[in-house]
Amino acid sequence: MVNQWTKVPKLNNVQLSILVLLRVLIGWHLLYEGLAKVTNPNWTSAYYLEQSGWIFSGVFNSIAESSFWLPIVDFTNQWLLVVVGTLLILGLLTRTSAVIGASLLFIYYLAQPPLFEAVSMQADGNNLIVNKVLIESIALVCLAVIPTGQFIGLDRVIYLVRRDKTNV
Amino acid sequence: MSEKSNNNPGKGGIKRRDWIKAMATIPVLGAFGVSAYAKWSSQGDKKTDVLKTLKLDSIKPASVKTQSNSKSDLIRIGIIGFGVRGEQIARALGYALPEWLNKQSEENITTWSAQDNLNVAITGICDVFDLHANKGLTASDYEYQPQRIKAKRFKSYKDMLDSNEIDAVVITTPDFHHAQMAIDAANAGKHVFVEKCMTRTEDEVFEVEEAVKNSNIVFQLGHQYCQNAAFRQAKEVLRRNTAGKITLIETTTNRNSPHGAWIRHTNPDGSLRPGSPQNIDWKQWLGKSPTAPFSVDRFYNWTKWWDYATGLSGQLMAHEVDLANQLLGVGIPYSCSASGGIYFYKDNREIPDVFHAVFEYPQKDLTLIYSASLASELDRGRTFMGHDASIKLGNTMEITIDPKSTQYKSHIKENLLDTSQPAVVFDPSKDKVDAVTSATEKYYASRGLLYTYRDGKKVDTTYLHLKEWLDAIRFGTPVSVPIDKGVEVTIACHMATKSYKEKRTVFWDPVKRRIV
Repeated sequence: MVNQWTKVPKLNNVQLSILVLLRVLIGWHLLYEGLAKVTNPNWTSAYYLEQSGWIFSGVFNSIAESSFWLPIVDFTNQWLLVVVGTLLILGLLTRTSAVIGASLLFIYYLAQPPLFEAVSMQADGNNLIVNKVLIESIALVCLAVIPTGQFIGLDRVIYLVRRDKTNV
Repeated sequence: MSEKSNNNPGKGGIKRRDWIKAMATIPVLGAFGVSAYAKWSSQGDKKTDVLKTLKLDSIKPASVKTQSNSKSDLIRIGIIGFGVRGEQIARALGYALPEWLNKQSEENITTWSAQDNLNVAITGICDVFDLHANKGLTASDYEYQPQRIKAKRFKSYKDMLDSNEIDAVVITTPDFHHAQMAIDAANAGKHVFVEKCMTRTEDEVFEVEEAVKNSNIVFQLGHQYCQNAAFRQAKEVLRRNTAGKITLIETTTNRNSPHGAWIRHTNPDGSLRPGSPQNIDWKQWLGKSPTAPFSVDRFYNWTKWWDYATGLSGQLMAHEVDLANQLLGVGIPYSCSASGGIYFYKDNREIPDVFHAVFEYPQKDLTLIYSASLASELDRGRTFMGHDASIKLGNTMEITIDPKSTQYKSHIKENLLDTSQPAVVFDPSKDKVDAVTSATEKYYASRGLLYTYRDGKKVDTTYLHLKEWLDAIRFGTPVSVPIDKGVEVTIACHMATKSYKEKRTVFWDPVKRRIV
């Protein structure tokens, strides 16, 4: 079973190029989101968390109101975005970073899913249950199950070194 | 592309071609860095420029003076009238009812218990209603206030004023009792914190003024709005002439619920709230006002009748007029024209539910327009309109540059200032002054959804207002709404009420000191 998940499919040049493009674009997006937060001394996730709807709103609201957790969540969130974004662009630790990125985005989605009654200030366009955050999260899941870093990216070095070791 | 075709698996070493593939996306990071740098450097310049142009680059965030109370003497307070507002005042002083605590979220309790101990004891409660008086007695015995002294119930406020166990009184009765109680308290040498509206009639204003001025007490009128951090910053912005000459203030208070329209005598299930001639001293409640049969409606909804209050002008407009007076020192208006009507709540009320007042201040080259509805919740905000910029004030302050500004003409021409959206937002929940950054922030700012934090704590403005009064009693520091300011705002309210009732423009005669 594990093998089935980690097995890398054979991709042709077009398929691989498009997946690498997707990876780099998402990486760029997350990196800039992260850096914009890091460089804005006033940024906090509190407003986003306070506006949380749906069944998890209690958890998110209590984080927003907690003077202990909020700085931790803010710090972790912004730097994870920076690190994950950079790793995705570089194609380094691609699978891990894609999984972390997908999880982060999925948490954002859970905090404010576009449900029937919810009106989100952050929404761009019209969304019902599915929004761009969810799609980006699933796109990262795709990149995790079809890793591209070992073909185009620094993971290639790790991959080749490991392969040589096992073959020696 | 597959492993087999490109890499000859099994053969060792990393080939040049592999290195190229490994590092193929690194230039993307370079491109990212260049674009991000370009964006930030232009933004940074713009922000500093905007703040500098508006003369606001050195403005400091508003902060609360915290004077230590630990070494100060205990102040013993009597509360006259322990209804909804009395309960709120007691909480602001640090004394809560168990039933309130049980209903609160953890967050509310955390905010409340983070208030500094004001070192006061509630030693007297006076209320004509047994139920309310008993609530006051319970609150005064709040177990987490080490300095507490269980209050004594006084059947009449005059007995309370005679007591030597009371240093200061808070008057939170219906409006028509305020004046006489404040006068008697001042004469008895008790410090006074009285809720707005300070008086029900014009004559009473001068009577209170005289009594307070002939005493040595500290007087504070309950306009706690002025404690809002955004308003304090607004005062500084106005002082720096950032907005140019202000000639028009438009301020509004819309709400849309029976409770907001002073229909408060029923429970959520429609049943009448408690109270009967058996447990309410109705004669004392009526005081000097015309005799009326007991009714729960009158007892809870007194605001609806002219005999007991001044309607929207004394209840909500008073805060707005005080704010303009705090920020611009407008004083008593030259004239007032008010209008409105009972358009939605066609019950037994006498006061209008849609109400507007236009005040002229020719000596300040300024008009203040107040407009209110009790049947719409549309947020129309509060705006100070200047020739160079307008200032929208809520929990935050937004400054929007006027496209035809003289002061900023060259900056607008060179596109250094954007007039299409607020150029600066002050948000007291943040410890910094910043130019607007994102659409989301703008949204929150405009809605006033942000909390007011000081030193990481949410603060209640009533608490700050009471603290200011207690500090004044202890240390002789100034209060925000002393008797002079109280007279100015209250006369303005009575001008509006008179104008509405008499359907004509009324004027202030500064020589005779009368509304004419």
